[in-house]
Amino acid sequence: METQTLEKIIAGHPYFADLESDYTSLLVGCASNVRFEPGRYLWREGEEANQFYLIREGRVAIEMVPPHRKAIVVETIGEGEILGWSWLLPPYTWRFHARAVETTRAIALDGKCLRQKCEQNHDLGYELLKRFAQIINHRLDATRMQLLDVYGKR
Amino acid sequence: MQARLAPEEIDKLIRALARRGYAVLGPTVRDGAVVYDEIEGAKDLPRGWTDEQEAGRYRLKPGPAGALFGYTVGPQSWKKYLHPAQVKLFEADRQDGLFRILGSPAPPARPYAFLGVRACELAAIAVQDRVFLADRFRDPVYGARRTPVFLVAVQCTQAAATCFCASMGTGPEVRGAADLTLTEIVNGEGHWFLAEAGGERGQEVLAELDRQPATEEELRRARTAVESAAAQQVRRMETAGIRDLLYQNFEHPRWDQVAARCLTCANCTMVCPTCFCTTVEDASDVTGDHAERWRRWDSCFTLTFSYIHGGSVRSSSKARYRQWLTHKLASWIDQFGSSGCVGCGRCITWCPVGIDLTEEVQAIRGTVNHGNTDA
Amino acid sequence: MANAETDPMMPQPWVVRRISKETPDTFTLALTPSEGGARSGSGGFRPGQFSMLWVFGVGELPISISGDPADEESLTYTVRSVGPATQALVSREAGQGVGVRGPFGTGWPVEGAAGRDVVVVAGGIGLAPLRPVIYHVLRHRAQFGRLVVLYGARSPRDMLYRKELVSWGRHQDTQVLATVDYGGVSWRGRVGVVTSLFKYLRLQPARTTAMLCGPEIMMRLVARELAARGLAAQDVYLSMERNMKCAVGSCGHCQWGPHFICKDGPIFSYARIAPMLDRYEL
Repeated sequence: METQTLEKIIAGHPYFADLESDYTSLLVGCASNVRFEPGRYLWREGEEANQFYLIREGRVAIEMVPPHRKAIVVETIGEGEILGWSWLLPPYTWRFHARAVETTRAIALDGKCLRQKCEQNHDLGYELLKRFAQIINHRLDATRMQLLDVYGKR
Repeated sequence: MQARLAPEEIDKLIRALARRGYAVLGPTVRDGAVVYDEIEGAKDLPRGWTDEQEAGRYRLKPGPAGALFGYTVGPQSWKKYLHPAQVKLFEADRQDGLFRILGSPAPPARPYAFLGVRACELAAIAVQDRVFLADRFRDPVYGARRTPVFLVAVQCTQAAATCFCASMGTGPEVRGAADLTLTEIVNGEGHWFLAEAGGERGQEVLAELDRQPATEEELRRARTAVESAAAQQVRRMETAGIRDLLYQNFEHPRWDQVAARCLTCANCTMVCPTCFCTTVEDASDVTGDHAERWRRWDSCFTLTFSYIHGGSVRSSSKARYRQWLTHKLASWIDQFGSSGCVGCGRCITWCPVGIDLTEEVQAIRGTVNHGNTDA
Repeated sequence: MANAETDPMMPQPWVVRRISKETPDTFTLALTPSEGGARSGSGGFRPGQFSMLWVFGVGELPISISGDPADEESLTYTVRSVGPATQALVSREAGQGVGVRGPFGTGWPVEGAAGRDVVVVAGGIGLAPLRPVIYHVLRHRAQFGRLVVLYGARSPRDMLYRKELVSWGRHQDTQVLATVDYGGVSWRGRVGVVTSLFKYLRLQPARTTAMLCGPEIMMRLVARELAARGLAAQDVYLSMERNMKCAVGSCGHCQWGPHFICKDGPIFSYARIAPMLDRYEL
């Protein structure tokens, strides 16, 4: 029952929708349901990155602490989005903090397990990298837009 | 019905117009140029002068002896009267944190009569009519000056090297509506004018002058003289498809080349008889209780012209030259149904670095057409 | 000769009735015609139109009307202080005079959007010219399908109409999503650019009309995003900004290609202007 629900959610997610069912099953094998209360950190900068999340409900803030300044939220990740890609790329450590802003329900995927499977099966690795590259691409676009500070005084 | 006039009748014409209450404005020599100013009689006209013009060059020199209209066009156009370089839109007083507007701009005390309007200038007035009178908003300042104006056109019988009215279809023969149209003939055999009235006002004034019916021969000679002004023109603008040409060449290396020369001094827009852009300036006196708003000519060559919060939209001189030329020759057609250029050549003459718009268009066209541009 | 009653170049004396602070640099002014003053311009405007507001002896500015189109008594404007003239305007106090010309320009296609879903996408001060649309749709709720308001601001404290954003979201069939570019740790809302909000939407592209106002680059990216999501270019509208002096298409300043923003715009369909949006320094 639990596995079926997970499979349905993962297979139905836009990023994994056209993934071969064998690979989807692999993902489901590495998946578990998680829940974070508001204020709870999913991870902190520098920690080992061993998972990623499909956010089902709630909101997670990506936080950074600039030198000599208060922490700022650079982005929030919400319902339907994928959170975290550091598990896929060396040195497998988180770059920023991730904190639940609201009660957040998500599917956690074991990245450590997955990246071993990717090393063994490069086809799977390519499929996953292709999908995460898209996510990274969108975030980079968004970051560039933020850097423009389009609403600021000039 | 064309009439022949002796040159002395021009003085009588000026006085007849003045008698009717017009401020008679016409060509006169000042500061080494033919300018337009109020004239009292034929004595004020540039008798015996002609002009020599080239890109970036204007000189007066002796012309046909006794000719009153032996020049082509000077730096000024009639725009300075119909669309004044500065006009006070209103004054206002402050009262208890509120304000009161004190009146609208007053029209000139006397209506204007223009003497010596060239064919290209008549075309330019028609262009500005479309801008100021035919649009949704009718400009009251222009309208108050334009509506009563009495137009005495004088056809060109010679062309400056900068003229290209023939290729723009605006001259040298007068095609627009004038109250009177004159053609001046000066040669070894004599000096006389042909006159034709365009409407009742013109006929009434013409009736006050000593005139005789023109002979076929005189009509022929006048026609030939005007035709020679067309034949003399060394510059031409190829207008076929010009709107799309410029729209399609928004990016073209030629813009960079012309921008390297352009000083963005705005001379071309000031001398252009159709350029109409203005800005408004607010001023208050030292007490802060009295304010005025003035409208002044502005130019798309200035940085402030396109300023919005954060900076100027057209910050490069390339963009500003391109805006001017593209507006004049292309987007004007979309906006007002005709070209904004009448081929008077003033922008060529008065450009301090001698930029020639006919050459710029040809360069863009030449690249596009691979040199096959004579068709 | 034109007189002050009919000449659109003559400011009419209006009076500030209320002024309220929206953000540290942005204020909303409600104006009514002064006693005995001409009432031309009051009693009706089309959402998206703007007025020229004149501060005695300082200068004049084009400002979009941000109030309720059903309000026939007053005209409301939201002004961000970015220079001497806007500073003078937001420094007005209740009871003081402001010169008003207008309203001018084209409006949002509220009639054309009847029966359809309306997606409003605003960035920064760009929410102000769109607020009349939101008022109109909420007032005539049955005439429209879903209303979606997407709003991006610089930071939480730069957000306009924060209370209203919350209350609009409580209406039936109305979704309000706001995001900021930079959030502090106490901010519980979304952080990210306005285009990132589209992933939370399920659009019905064939029955949606979108209205965009914000910095040009933001509108350009949003328009592309909408096109990628299947909206036809003629169903996407943008509010353009250029230098405006006369507001009647006569002074030449606001030219953008063949268009005069003041009289042909400021609202244009994306179908009409899409190629021009990519032309730098046009």
